[in-house]
Amino acid sequence: MDKKKIVNINMKEYGMILALIAVFLIFSVMTGGKNMSPANINNLIMQNSYIVILAVGMLLCVLTGNIDLGVGSIVAVCGAVVGILIVDYNASIWVAIPAAILIGTLSGMFVGFFVSKLSIPPFIVTLATMLMARGLTYTLLKAQTKGPLPTEYTFIGAGFLPTMKISVGGGTIDLISIGVALIAFILIILFEMKSIKTKKKYGFPVNPLWQTAIKIGVIFLIVWFFFYKLSRYNGIPFVLVIMGVLVALYHFITSRTVAGRQIYALGGNAKAAKLSGINTDKVYFWVYTNMGILCAIAGIVLSARNASATPKAGDQFELDAIAACYIGGAATTGGVGTIIGAVVGAFIMGILNNGMSLYGWSTDIQKIVKGAVLLGAVTVDLLSKRKK
Amino acid sequence: MSDYILEMNHITKEFYGVKALDDVNIRVKRGEIHALCGENGAGKSTLMNVLSGVYSYGSYSGDVVYNENVCQFHTIKQSEAKGIVIIHQELALSPFLSIAENVFLGNEQRKIRGVVDWTKTHKKAQEMLKKVGLENENLNDPVNTLGVGKQQLIEIARAMAKQVELLILDEPTAALNDEESKRLLSIMQELKKQGITCIMISHKLNEISAVADSITVIRDGKTIETLVKGTDDISEDRIIKGMVGRELTNRYPVRTCDIGEKIFEVKNWNVFHSDDPSRQVIKDVSFHVKAGEVVGFAGLMGAGRTELAMSLFGKSYGQKISGSIFIHGKQVIIKNVQDAINNRLAYVSEDRKSYGLILIDSVRGNMTLAALKNFFSKRAVVNKNSEILAAEEYKKRINVKASSINQTVSSLSGGNQQKVVLAKWMMTQPDVLILDEPTRGIDIGAKYEIYGVINDLAKAGKGIIVISSELEEVIGTCDRIYVISEGRISGEMTKAEVSQEKIMKCIMAESGKEA
Repeated sequence: MDKKKIVNINMKEYGMILALIAVFLIFSVMTGGKNMSPANINNLIMQNSYIVILAVGMLLCVLTGNIDLGVGSIVAVCGAVVGILIVDYNASIWVAIPAAILIGTLSGMFVGFFVSKLSIPPFIVTLATMLMARGLTYTLLKAQTKGPLPTEYTFIGAGFLPTMKISVGGGTIDLISIGVALIAFILIILFEMKSIKTKKKYGFPVNPLWQTAIKIGVIFLIVWFFFYKLSRYNGIPFVLVIMGVLVALYHFITSRTVAGRQIYALGGNAKAAKLSGINTDKVYFWVYTNMGILCAIAGIVLSARNASATPKAGDQFELDAIAACYIGGAATTGGVGTIIGAVVGAFIMGILNNGMSLYGWSTDIQKIVKGAVLLGAVTVDLLSKRKK
Repeated sequence: MSDYILEMNHITKEFYGVKALDDVNIRVKRGEIHALCGENGAGKSTLMNVLSGVYSYGSYSGDVVYNENVCQFHTIKQSEAKGIVIIHQELALSPFLSIAENVFLGNEQRKIRGVVDWTKTHKKAQEMLKKVGLENENLNDPVNTLGVGKQQLIEIARAMAKQVELLILDEPTAALNDEESKRLLSIMQELKKQGITCIMISHKLNEISAVADSITVIRDGKTIETLVKGTDDISEDRIIKGMVGRELTNRYPVRTCDIGEKIFEVKNWNVFHSDDPSRQVIKDVSFHVKAGEVVGFAGLMGAGRTELAMSLFGKSYGQKISGSIFIHGKQVIIKNVQDAINNRLAYVSEDRKSYGLILIDSVRGNMTLAALKNFFSKRAVVNKNSEILAAEEYKKRINVKASSINQTVSSLSGGNQQKVVLAKWMMTQPDVLILDEPTRGIDIGAKYEIYGVINDLAKAGKGIIVISSELEEVIGTCDRIYVISEGRISGEMTKAEVSQEKIMKCIMAESGKEA
C-alpha cells in the first residue's frame, strides 16, 4: 500500500515534465524536426529566459494566494533606465545595471508597502503599478526606442560563454558545453546518492531502485539533449547561467529554508501562520520586493537581447508568468506550487510559442491556443485533485 | 398513518471498500426528538448524508422509508422538497445579507420568475422568526451582527420557511454557551409541540439526556442500540457505555504530581477592543500559574477569556495593552508571537481550523511550523530529517491516528486535528501552555486522550491554563479555577471548594453589577 503511494506521488511530480516532452515532440513532428535544430534550441532558451526569471518570482506571489500584475511594466521601466543612462548619459554598464536593479527593488518595495503595511489587496496595488510604470516608461523614453546598447551590455542577453570548438562531420562541437553537461550529470547522481544515504541513515522509506534509475535516466536524456544541441551551435548562452543560478537558488529557498516554509504556511492559512509566530507582513513585503528585483533582472536581460530599450517592452509578460505558475501546478488559493513546476510551465508556454511560430501560425492563433492550454491544464489538474 | 416518520433499514455504505456504515437501522417516531450518538467517525454524518441525498440513491444499499414511501433522493433539493432539512455544524448563512434575505436564502419568495417579492419576504420572515423566538430582531440587519446563538436560530427559521417536517441538527450547540444552548433546546421542544420531528447529533450528553425522547447509539458504523426515554436508562453514563463499548468510570484521568514554584504571572493586564479603542475588553486582570499546575479559566463565551489569552500571546489581539508578564519570576516583554515562543509560551487556539492548522498541509508540516525557526533549522535552512523524526515521535507519543506523517490534516477527524495542534505547540518546548477550548467538538475517547496529554505536561513541570466553556471540564481537569466575567476576574477557587453552582453564581454576580 505504502509502496504504491510513493509511485503515484512521483508520477504526479513528473507528469508535467512528461507533458513538456510530449508538447516538444508533437511540434517536432509538425515542423519536421525544425524545432530540434541547434539554433532553435538556443533560441528557445534565450526567448524564454525572461519569462522563466519572472515566473520564479511570480510563484512566490502565487504561493501567498496573490498575483503581481505590474511585472511587465516594471520590466519596461528597468530597461528604460538602462537605455537612458547608457545612451543619453554615457554611463558605464556598471552604473546602469545597479541603477536598474535599484529601481526594480524600489518599485517592489512600493508594492510591498501598500500590500503589507496598509493591507491593500495586491490585485489592486499591482494593477495600479502596471498602469503607472507603463506610463512612466513611455514618458521616460518619450515613446521612442532607445539604442543601440553596447556589445558589452548585450552580452548579458545574447552572449555565449567561451567555447572550445572542434569540427566534427560537417559542423563543430563545443567541448565546454559537453564538459558542463558531464559535470551537471555527475552532480545530480551524487545528490541522489547522498539523499538515499541520509534516508537510509534515518530509516526513512527509500524509493525503489528502478524508479531512481528511470528518474536519473530521464534527467540524463534531457540534460544531454540540450547541451549537445547547444554545443553544436554556439556553446552555452550567458542567460542560461543566470537562469540556472536563479532557479537553483529559489528552488533551495522554497524547499529548504525557514523563509520558504513561511511563505507556504502563509498561503495555506494566513491567520494560523500569524499565530505560529510568522510575521506575515514581513513575508508579503519581501515577496513583492523580491518580485521587483527579478523584474529588474528580466528587464536587463530583455533589453540586452534586443540591444535597445523600447516602451512596449515586457507587454503582457505578467500574464505569461502567471500562466506558467498555474500550468506548473500552483493553486490560485495559495500554499501549493513549486519552482520547478513554474519553470516547466514557462517552458511549456515557450515551446508552444516557438513551435507555432515555426509552423507558421500567426500570433493571433497562438493566443487562442495558449489560452486553451492554460484553461485545459488547470482544469485537468483541479479535476484530478477533486476525484480524490 | 404509521408511528414512524422515518425508517432507515439495513443501510450499508462503502468508501473504496471500507464500510462507513454497516447494516445500520434507525427508526424515528413522528414528533419526537431523536438523538444520534457516537464518537467522531462512528458514521453519524454519513448516515445523515444518506438520508438527505448528499450520497445519491444507489450509492448505498438498504432502504430509506420516509412517510411510508421509499425514498430515492439524488440531491439535497429533492429531500428538502419532502420536508427533510439538515442544519450543519458550520453555519451556512451569508454574513452580509440581511436576516430576512438569509431566512429565504435559496428559497426566495418571488412575484414572477426571478423577481423577489420583498413584501412577502418580510412578512413571512417575521412569521418564521416568531416561531424561533427572534421576533425582536430587525429584519434588515445583516446576520453577521448577531451572535452565533442567534445565527443558529436563523438557520432554524430558514428550515421552517422550507416547510420542514424532519429537522436534522448536527452539533447545534457546539459553538454556543450554556445560556444560548438552553434557549436552543427549549426552542427544539417548542418545535416538537408544533409537530416537527428532530434528529439531533450531539456530543453534549447532558443535553441529550435532557431533551431527547429516544437515543440511537452508533459505533464503528453499526447501530448498537436504541434507548427510549421512560423505558430505558438514558443517563450520561449509560450513553457513554454504548458509545465506547465499555464503562468510562472516570472521564477525567487522575493526575498525581507536585505543584512547584510560580512559573507564570500576569499583573494588572488591560486590553482594549481591536476595532473599538474606547471599549475595554480586559480590565485589570492579575493571575498566576505554578509549575505542574493546571489552572482553569471559566466563564461565558464573550467574557474575554480568549481575548485575554491572545493578548498575552504576543499581542495577537487588542490594542492599548498594558500590564506586566513574569515568567520564572522575571519580567518579560512580549511584542509579537515569536517573542512569546522564545519566552516558552504557547497558545492553542479555540478554532483549530481557522487559527490552528494549515489544512492543506501535512501532519508533519503543521506539527513543526511554530518550532521551525528555533528547533528545526540551522542558519535559516530547515533540517528536514530532524523534522521527520520529531513528527514521527509526537505522532506516536500522543497517538495521532493518521496513515503517515505526510497525510493532509484536512482529512483527519476533529480529535486528531486537535492532537496535531497540541503537538505543534509541544514542539516549541513551552513552559506555559494556554489551551483554549482544547476539546471542543471532539469525541469522548479523544477528549480522554487529550486530558491525558495535559496531565503528562503537568507532570513534566509545565504550567497549564485551560479555557473551557464546559464547567464540568474545568472542574474535572483543573487544580485551581479563575472565573472570568465581563473582562474581570470575578472569583478564584481551588479544586476542593469548586462546584458548578459556585462558578455560575460568581459569573452572575459580576454581570449583575455591570447591568
